[in-house]
Amino acid sequence: MLSRRLIPCLDVRDGRVVKGVRFRDHVDMGDIVELALRYRDAGADELVFYDITASPQGRSVDCGWVERVARLIDIPFCVAGGIRSVEDARAVLNAGADKVSINTPALERPALIAELADAFGVQCVVVGIDSVREADGEWRVRSHTGSPDAMRAPGKRTLDWIEEAQRLGAGEIVLNCMGSDGVRAGYDIAQLRAARAICQVPLVASGGAGAPEHFAQAFLEADVDAALAASVFHSGAVEIPALKRFLRGQGIEVRL
Amino acid sequence: MSDIAVIDAGGANFGSVCYALERLGARPQIVRDADGLRGMPRVLLPGVGAAAPAMTLLRERGFVEVLPRLEVPLLGICLGMQLLFERSEEGNVACLGLLPGRVRKLQGGPGLRVPHMGWNTLEPVVASPLLAGLDAGAYAYFVHGYAAPVTADCIAACTYGDRFAAMVARGHIAGAQFHPERSAATGARLLDNFLRWSPA
Repeated sequence: MLSRRLIPCLDVRDGRVVKGVRFRDHVDMGDIVELALRYRDAGADELVFYDITASPQGRSVDCGWVERVARLIDIPFCVAGGIRSVEDARAVLNAGADKVSINTPALERPALIAELADAFGVQCVVVGIDSVREADGEWRVRSHTGSPDAMRAPGKRTLDWIEEAQRLGAGEIVLNCMGSDGVRAGYDIAQLRAARAICQVPLVASGGAGAPEHFAQAFLEADVDAALAASVFHSGAVEIPALKRFLRGQGIEVRL
Repeated sequence: MSDIAVIDAGGANFGSVCYALERLGARPQIVRDADGLRGMPRVLLPGVGAAAPAMTLLRERGFVEVLPRLEVPLLGICLGMQLLFERSEEGNVACLGLLPGRVRKLQGGPGLRVPHMGWNTLEPVVASPLLAGLDAGAYAYFVHGYAAPVTADCIAACTYGDRFAAMVARGHIAGAQFHPERSAATGARLLDNFLRWSPA
């Protein structure tokens, strides 16, 4: 049976893993490869490396650390941040990444999704979406979220964007619910359920994990394929082996 | 140290496959045309991407003529395994024809997202030295939208809605639908078994 996946997200800045609360106040968490290996050993199913400064600074990912990770890691990993062309993606994939995740560049030029899918297959193309609930009750996307000063609201409805991204060739959607991100009060189940209802490709929940119950809730109530988290894993508040045993106890299929 | 040719079929994952082989102490040689296979004791055909462009590239580089005459062990991974069969529904393209059968699109459905992406369990079908040390129910990492049927050459199956071939072996030809280079201990064991494989 296909397992639900647990995905630690490592935010990368200047070659180090960092963590901020609500995208601010970044704290150094350690060396990229060291943390990647620690999560592999703990039973992480996949890793996401998010270069949080690449997109706001208008540059692509540094492939040096991607290759360092690829040489040592034997689980899949995805690289996000600043990938805005087929050539950018090719460099990251050739360095050893399994997937690329695009967010702001896809909002600016949706055709990029189709170009990447044509060049590398849909399985390599992840579309990351940062989303907030606005005053009128609608979920809408945000771009340039790597730095609070640069963040913009292009006005697109999140659910419309999920439909469009799939039509263009997204092989997976990561939905980061910004209202719950970094505050560890649980995933945004209502938003994830709404996304699940229209998402035919794998859907990854992001933003808000604080306790084992939150992961179980995302899998059982929103039927997501994977759950992504950062601070709760980095801080050791939730240990992956214990989390997996808990989830299996809840009847959720996980890789032990 | 064993040499192994890794065919560059235009997919983006041959780097990761090479790193996985290096972790096992093998010496992967990236091969871009059929002449490069000469004298190599083993051959690996990885592949990420679509069947039709991959077949076009293999034809241009002379592999389509040479691979059927190969006498050393050959392992196809993911798309590389699908290309071993007669045809693929993906682009309705003729493949290498080293194994009988036709690769079909995975049927999605309620709760069955396509592509099939993630860790799924292997179901051993026939004993094989390639499966040595792999327990029934071992997890392997899959990412694919098409799959080969369970035929007489299937040594391990996997279930995602329907059952499909997760591993095949016939003579000196073998294939894995999952990504051994990304399947942690399970994948390392399969690659190590392949590096030691001496088919009768």
